[in-house]
Amino acid sequence: MPFKPVILWTDALIFLLVAAIAALAWTVRRDEHLRAPWAKVARSRSGMCALVVLTAFVVTGLLDSLHYRPRLEGTGGAVNYGAEVRSAFDALADGLRTRTERTYSAPLATHAFSRESIERAHGTQAREYPRLRHGGAHLEDPHGERWPDVGRKTLAGAGLALALWTVLAMLLAALLAMRHREGIDGALSDLVHGCTEVPWRAMLLTAGALLAVAGPVWVLAGSYHVLGTDKVGQDILYQTLKSIRTGLVIGTLTTLVMLPFAVILGLMAGYFRGWIDDLVQYVYTTLSSIPGVLLIASAVLLTQVWMDNRPELFETVSERADVRLLFLCLILGITGWTGLCRLLRGEALKLREADYVQAARAFGVRDARILTRHLLPNVMHIVLIAAVMDFSGLVLAEAVLSYIGVGVDPSMISFGTMINNARLELAREPMVWWSLAAAFLFMFVLVLAANLFSDAVRDAFDPRMRSSWALPAALRPAQRLRAGSA
Amino acid sequence: MLAYIVRRILYAVPILVGVNLITFALFFFVNTPDDIARMQLGQRRVTPEAIEKWKAERGYDRPMLFNPEARGVQKLTDTLFFRKSVSLFWFDFGRAEDGRSISHEIRLRMGPSLAIALPMFLVGLGCYVTFALGLAFFRGTSLDFTGVVLCVAAMSISGLFYIIGGQYLVSKLWNLVPISGYGDGVQAWRFVILPALIGVVGGIGASTRLYRTIFLEEMSKDYVRTARAKGLSERRVLFGHVLRNGMIPILTGVVVAIPALFIGSLVLESFFGIPGLGSYTIDAINAQDFAIVRAMVFLGAVLYIVGLLLTDISYTLADPRIRME
Amino acid sequence: MSGLDTLLQVRELRTVIESPLGAVRAVDSVSFDIRAGETFALVGESGCGKSLTALSLLRLLPDAARIDAGQVLLDGEDVLSLPEWRMREVRGARMAIVFQEPGTSLNPVLTVADQLIEVLQRHGAANGDPLGHARALLEQVGIPDAQRRLHEYPFQLSGGMKQRVMIAMALAAAPALLVADEPTTALDVTIQSQVLELLRRLQLERGMALLLITHDLAVVSEMAQQVAVMYAGQIVELAPRARFFSAPAHPYSQRLFAALPGGGEGRGRPLATIPGSVPALAQPFRGCRFAERCDRVRDVCRVRVPELIDVGDATRVRCHLYAPGQVPAAQPPTDAAAASVPADAPAGAARDEALLEVQGLRVHFPIRRGLFKRVVGHVRAVDEIDLRIASHRTLALVGESGCGKSTVGRGILQLLRPDGGRVLFQGEDLAAMPTGQLRTRRRHIQIIFQDPYASLNPRMRVRDLIAEGIDALEVVAEQTQCDPRIDAILAQVGLDAGMKWRYPHEFSGGQRQRIAIARALAVDPRLIVCDEPTSALDVSVQAQILNLLKELQSRLGLAYLFITHNIAVVEYLAHDVAVMYLGRIVERGRVEDVLGGPAHPYTQALLSAVPTLDPARRTQIIRLQGELPSPVNPPAGCHFHPRCPAASERCRIEYPQARTLPDGQVVHCHLYP
Repeated sequence: MPFKPVILWTDALIFLLVAAIAALAWTVRRDEHLRAPWAKVARSRSGMCALVVLTAFVVTGLLDSLHYRPRLEGTGGAVNYGAEVRSAFDALADGLRTRTERTYSAPLATHAFSRESIERAHGTQAREYPRLRHGGAHLEDPHGERWPDVGRKTLAGAGLALALWTVLAMLLAALLAMRHREGIDGALSDLVHGCTEVPWRAMLLTAGALLAVAGPVWVLAGSYHVLGTDKVGQDILYQTLKSIRTGLVIGTLTTLVMLPFAVILGLMAGYFRGWIDDLVQYVYTTLSSIPGVLLIASAVLLTQVWMDNRPELFETVSERADVRLLFLCLILGITGWTGLCRLLRGEALKLREADYVQAARAFGVRDARILTRHLLPNVMHIVLIAAVMDFSGLVLAEAVLSYIGVGVDPSMISFGTMINNARLELAREPMVWWSLAAAFLFMFVLVLAANLFSDAVRDAFDPRMRSSWALPAALRPAQRLRAGSA
Repeated sequence: MLAYIVRRILYAVPILVGVNLITFALFFFVNTPDDIARMQLGQRRVTPEAIEKWKAERGYDRPMLFNPEARGVQKLTDTLFFRKSVSLFWFDFGRAEDGRSISHEIRLRMGPSLAIALPMFLVGLGCYVTFALGLAFFRGTSLDFTGVVLCVAAMSISGLFYIIGGQYLVSKLWNLVPISGYGDGVQAWRFVILPALIGVVGGIGASTRLYRTIFLEEMSKDYVRTARAKGLSERRVLFGHVLRNGMIPILTGVVVAIPALFIGSLVLESFFGIPGLGSYTIDAINAQDFAIVRAMVFLGAVLYIVGLLLTDISYTLADPRIRME
Repeated sequence: MSGLDTLLQVRELRTVIESPLGAVRAVDSVSFDIRAGETFALVGESGCGKSLTALSLLRLLPDAARIDAGQVLLDGEDVLSLPEWRMREVRGARMAIVFQEPGTSLNPVLTVADQLIEVLQRHGAANGDPLGHARALLEQVGIPDAQRRLHEYPFQLSGGMKQRVMIAMALAAAPALLVADEPTTALDVTIQSQVLELLRRLQLERGMALLLITHDLAVVSEMAQQVAVMYAGQIVELAPRARFFSAPAHPYSQRLFAALPGGGEGRGRPLATIPGSVPALAQPFRGCRFAERCDRVRDVCRVRVPELIDVGDATRVRCHLYAPGQVPAAQPPTDAAAASVPADAPAGAARDEALLEVQGLRVHFPIRRGLFKRVVGHVRAVDEIDLRIASHRTLALVGESGCGKSTVGRGILQLLRPDGGRVLFQGEDLAAMPTGQLRTRRRHIQIIFQDPYASLNPRMRVRDLIAEGIDALEVVAEQTQCDPRIDAILAQVGLDAGMKWRYPHEFSGGQRQRIAIARALAVDPRLIVCDEPTSALDVSVQAQILNLLKELQSRLGLAYLFITHNIAVVEYLAHDVAVMYLGRIVERGRVEDVLGGPAHPYTQALLSAVPTLDPARRTQIIRLQGELPSPVNPPAGCHFHPRCPAASERCRIEYPQARTLPDGQVVHCHLYP
């Protein structure tokens, strides 16, 4: 085999999550009652456009979660694998990863950002801007040829994007035609006039906008650093794309860790009351009384010390960084379940008095069954809303935590580490703005899409939720983090 | 009222005990003092003697929970738990790595923290409530829609962006106030104004949207219809009825944060070089000075619990239904 | 101005609600006149558009609704065309409104005085001493100790008191028209009679017109001079009261009367029902809106929209049965829909054998306070009550809200474990039974709840809802027998077996209540506790459910414990009745004895307060003083003595023991030796 697959801890959990979502989608499809609110989400224009953008991010993140170790071209019969763990995304973007410069270069530059002393052929020294190793290396005369070349490549990329987009639109029209049993021109006209129930036209336009950016970037990235390079000469575009996975992992796995605690303890406290309730309330009041950032900071610091003292546990740097990421999710989850738990306890207190629960008790239905059949399904919308709403807060929190130094491993590329590394660059003369700008822009698009999507989900699942959500929101981890630190 | 407050304070005791136990477990069981010593001394120069010396200098050379070698009560008091954890109850925070008294440092740094956090809190609350009321007044119009869209966009921007961008724009490009630092007395405002402003702007999206929702919820209630049926103007309805009821959840929601203002905000202070508790904590985190972090965790919890107490009291003041009971 | 001048003219009013399914015409071409000083009642079942009509008059519609067309002329001036700032001068000053829910209609954080003075100042009626004026208003609406009440907050007042404050606020600027939107629906019957009396008195004193919106025909009969019946957004009949109550003209009005229990003809007759349900209002109508449900429907009804025509006698009807000017013959309502309901079960047969016997049942809720949650007192929700139900029979448990009657039901079912007393079911004490053993007895006693929208888990299909009890109690030996059984039970309650794959939200209120009944029946119970099963339903649907319950009783020999506040339903359905007051039973006996000759002063007052359709049957209302005391601290001696008109010294000291009167009635009162 030319490579050895590696399944990191977070990979395993991510694919578990994907499987869980697929299973959920399967049950929802079959159950008309669960389908109704999702159909409402599907009719929300902003929500579905956000979903298109999110899908692009998720695909990138998933590609970046298929890890392997490449086989080394070793001598002799022994098969050796490299110590460096790569991902499918790395394989696709191999050029971006390997074409590093010596240090800073501006977006689309052909020359380095700062002067260097260069030894001329006749032994004299001169300080000038050297040519980049890769950025625009194919050009004979960079000064004259660069912009025409960039323009040409942009056009080519746009053409590629247009072709792809047309194929996509046709495929969609064909699918719609098949589903509604009508001619393809009828389906196309529905699409063009935007008279479909799901806002396909808006979604196509969003996908078109994405492609219009991605196409030229794709073509340009072959011979330029589209977003420049950082201090050690690594491509910024590559870094921002790699950051996506870290953000997604933090945003989803944290919730995955938190949910069992919050759901089980919250429902039990509200349903059984008595000493169970007292205990659960005590635990979450105690935990939530410690300021979130401080608790997370101490836990992360101590985990770090623990890991530092046990280097033998980790085979590669990536594994180590991955375990630290997992610990960060665990810590964020454990410190963050209290808000949802409190909310669910209140809901369970209400539901246990509901007539249908009383009716079930009059049948002598056992408590475990009442909890799973009557209480759980009727709080699932709250859980779902909490999960999607927490996502964006957690992505933002990662940046802050990494900035403080208690986030992900410094060797792991993330929005936070990018910002942290670039924090002093604005003070340089001349200023280096591109790595900060790229990190903030990608983070903004991701979080905005997540926020819009979660709004659509919340409105569809419980328009009245806004009120009951209002107060506990101030207590939820992401909010507490932001309130406490920003 | 007094009995009520005393009762609430008594409620806080078991919670503080819990916080104490959690911090002790976190700081002394996950990593033993030996681990910490090894980390502090650096992996290379570690000898058993160096570790013992390090521990003895800082008082970590005692057993965790029970000291069989001591006599009498000291079997319990001459332990790490008693010396390092129980002592937090009387705010004896011990000494930092550099040997300075943490309690003294905290007292010094509270002022600057408060100088940033308090104006930020008050101006912020005023702004958010005003904006939210405005949006609620124009509900359903395009103004309201634009406002909500802007709120969502503002919510989606990282807080770090506001800080970095604000600092660049106001201090570097326009040269209006110093980039960072802190001065005492009258000069302080020049250092305070920018971080406080950035703090306010950073929270504008989430808070305005939340408060707007609270006001709209309030406006859908029956008593608002009654007020309109009396012939009151929309302005009177908003200010005379909706505002008063809406402020109950808002006030009680923010009161909990008031004591925490002393701690300040970590990121803002470190960016602007404010010598407050926030930057103290960040420095401690970066230097892995666990004594300070532990002290701050405990202090934070105490302040939060004071916040809860204030919340309860403010509830009774704001809501006659609770005051009368 | 003479008292007969037209004050308000509503012309072709149309109000629509925007919904995802299109604009719903909730009020469609409604026209009527109200003269100064008269009471005009707008009657109809829920969703007929009567409340929206009221809100349209004052332009207080919710955001989703808007007035589409029409005129509302107040003293000749069209208030719909006024700019908003002029409209504000009309609201509160010339037209005022009282809402249904006094609990939520007052601002919780402002004192009574604040809220009253606000109106006075707004409309310049304060005349120098606003506080004095406010106090005078409170005294006018009969609030005792007005000076103190002025400075209290709404939560410190009882429901009836809050509604009085609402009325005082509405009256503050002396409006010419008072709109009362279901002003007594949320109140108990004794409080209702007080509030209605207050409204009548104030109207007389002030010569004010009253637009009374209600679903209760008996209230209309007691209050109104003019009656308008609304159906599906339109007025279908408009008539003077006497004419309307002696000979309702529209088939819908006739069916409404026939569906009312306690109409006088008694219990043998099944109640008339109205098949089907109100049509969706988003569609355009080509014919009569009632055609699908009408028992006298003709071909023309389906193709031509009927107009509201004058049929003489100051009566206008929207029906093709009538020609303009023709005085309709008072046709007796036909009972086509009323299936044969078997006569009552043999009365004597099962009388001696008690299926359920409750002895000294006590359910107390502890009140905990302080650091260690010490118990500082008890809410004595149910305090030492005795009951007895035989199979095949119905025992009605009657009382006002907060008297503990629902707690009795839950105590019998062991949903709340009693603090004392015995619950003997076929001789076995359920209260003393351990949980495991109790589970096997659960199938014998089941329960039906008040709100059919809350009693069915919205996330479960009908099949799973019904199967839950069958599974939990192992009613069938094998799983394969489960579905046939569910089909059979659905058929029994009049539902289609195909409906079992649907979710509750797809059903109407009446159908949901049938599902709830099916769920209870699925485990073959001997006794069903019916906790206000028809209070949330409209009259026509209530009739269906009452008929069904009666039919099931005679077919399956069920016994019912029927918990209700509705005396008319008791009269129609029950064999025995027990009256509760503040956690205790004050009187019990056979229905005809207790309702015919109430012995306890409380029962007497309660029955006298029930509004009746027939003015001839009306008796002098016995007004009770004060309010229901708190069950935390019930008065010493007889709980009722502070409000009792016949209380003596002995009543203050000693709780009266049960006394049996010659005809078998049991009463707790010192008046009887």
